Amino acid sequence: MNRTKYLIIGNSAGGIGAVEAIRRVDKAGAITIISEEPYAAYSRPLISEHLFENRPVANMLFRSPDFYVKNNVQTILGKKVTGLDLKAKTAQLEDGASMKWEKLLLATGGQPIIPKMDGVKTPGVFTFTTIDDAEAIDRFLPRVQRAVIIGGGLIGISVTDALVKRGIDVTIVEMKDRVLNVMLDEAASALVEDALKKNNVRIITGRTVTEIHSDFTTEILTGVTLDNGQELTAEMVVAAVGVKPRVELAMAAGIKTNRGIVVDRAMQTSTADVYACGDAAEVYDFIFGDNRVTPIWPNAFVGGGVAGANMAGKKSEYAGGMSMNSIKYFGLSIASAGMVTPPDAAYEVISQTTGRNYRKLILKDGIITGMVFTGNIESAGIICGLMKDKVNVEAFKRALISDNFSFLSLPEIVWRERLEITFKKPAAMSGAGVRQ
Amino acid sequence: MPMKRVLVNEPVCMGCHLCEVYCQLNHSTSSDLVKAFKRPEHQNLPRLRIEARNPIFFSLRCQHCAEAPCISACLTGALSRDEKSGAVITDEAKCIGCWTCILACPYGAIKQDTVKHKSVKCDLCQGSKIPACVEHCPNEALVFEEVAEVKSK
Ligand SMILES: Cc1cc2nc3c(=O)[nH]c(=O)nc-3n(C[C@H](O)[C@H](O)[C@H](O)COP(=O)(O)OP(=O)(O)OC[C@H]3O[C@@H](n4cnc5c(N)ncnc54)[C@H](O)[C@@H]3O)c2cc1C
Repeated sequence: MNRTKYLIIGNSAGGIGAVEAIRRVDKAGAITIISEEPYAAYSRPLISEHLFENRPVANMLFRSPDFYVKNNVQTILGKKVTGLDLKAKTAQLEDGASMKWEKLLLATGGQPIIPKMDGVKTPGVFTFTTIDDAEAIDRFLPRVQRAVIIGGGLIGISVTDALVKRGIDVTIVEMKDRVLNVMLDEAASALVEDALKKNNVRIITGRTVTEIHSDFTTEILTGVTLDNGQELTAEMVVAAVGVKPRVELAMAAGIKTNRGIVVDRAMQTSTADVYACGDAAEVYDFIFGDNRVTPIWPNAFVGGGVAGANMAGKKSEYAGGMSMNSIKYFGLSIASAGMVTPPDAAYEVISQTTGRNYRKLILKDGIITGMVFTGNIESAGIICGLMKDKVNVEAFKRALISDNFSFLSLPEIVWRERLEITFKKPAAMSGAGVRQ
Repeated sequence: MPMKRVLVNEPVCMGCHLCEVYCQLNHSTSSDLVKAFKRPEHQNLPRLRIEARNPIFFSLRCQHCAEAPCISACLTGALSRDEKSGAVITDEAKCIGCWTCILACPYGAIKQDTVKHKSVKCDLCQGSKIPACVEHCPNEALVFEEVAEVKSK
């Protein structure tokens, strides 16, 4: 049987974040990463570029090609882990091999939800979360003029962006009343819809696809039917209705799962020495004050880092994350964080629009719980910083949505404290040069 | 890792913008001041921002945080730490202008180049001994000093 000190399942944001954190503490302990995907760690959001400009995998890697060698990491790529034995501390691989570990990280990510409907198994129905998905779509495209995208979330918009650039006629079918309804507010969604329409994308909201049809004899996909009976002709369908945490390994092994794998602030699961992070896990969200699934890259990477440190014996606590998104598609510049719409009347919403710049904040008792900015978003990080530190902004909240907001719009005591590290400390006891 | 960083001696900054001018020049593809500012093909954004509210002035740039939130947030690995200088640097070829780093930076120190669709930030003038902003500050309001590890906000 093979042995390793640290076993990481999943070779993506969370897994790589963990490797780097482990190596900061333990330079020598054996690290093994296993992934079902046969590639060096790549940037998942770049599959859109892979599809539209044929960006080679080598230019999608988010660490240098010598990363594994430099960090002394053994990789087993293109193999699936099929089972865990928590008592024996082993993992079973699909080829029958097994691996003994001392500390385990489940960075297994998410998997696309396949909607249940007639015809969903027809050739020409795809999902869009991996390089292989992008390549399968690419191979199929010569047969395609029209595509229907089920779901107007981030993945739906991402594949739409790529398909439009490939000259495909795209229709998005979104069940809710607007696209990107989870990560944006109405104003920002409207901007995205405008950009989509300018690119000749058809958007159908408030509807869902109930059936995918194909030609009786040839089995070639011919279109879809919506829940109001409307028919759309298409040669391809992309199911982008959402991603769910991949909890099957954890669940089968008896690790506590909810919607995602349950972890504490050290990213440890209900079983000692077993950790989880990223899209697979339910982690602490400081806006909502609870544990939840927030499938974004930065949280996966940071959570992986906390898990890695703890696995290597350095006590580390996850400060908490929040949902945080920005839109790069169609040349737009939109950023959001935390809540995008107020959950109830106890929250206050303030906003200001100047030309193409829109700034909105959601607050409760003077604490910012959400923001949406469009246009110039350069100061969005300052706002996220205030959110993270739960700074009470009641006295100066209007300044935060002003178009020319900068640090000096904040009270002096606040900006001095927040920028402390950039200032040279006045020389002790010397009055020279110090403003009185 | 202790490293050299640019610090602001705020009480003596007069807000003359020379740091900004020389930052832009140093990051231009031309060493000619006029071309660096007036020719679109040579224009590059300055990597710092001037904060001004008379009589307070200072320039603000990347703090090259020890646990840099922008590096953790970067979707493509475009942001990384230069092992020699300790600076947080951008690989422009890898940057896709997704602006996630902008959300992550508590100092608002990353800018959007909306023409090239790339994030730009202070790189401490990699390759120069002293960053251009410090070198050209007429009043020693900017200093390049060894400091202990920076924990970001
Ligand atoms: C098209 C697209 C666009 C996106 N855009 C953004 C964006 O703009 N901003 C943002 O923040 N996030 C974005 N995301 C989300 C982001 O990619 C994820 O949050 C991030 O990849 C999560 O990382 P992870 O390490 O948790 O898991 P994943 O990246 O999902 O990786 C998990 C890996 O584990 C492997 N695995 C799982 N189970 C097993 C097993 N049993 N055996 C072996 N291997 C296994 C999987 O094959 C996979 O390779 C986007 C995602 C997609 C698909």
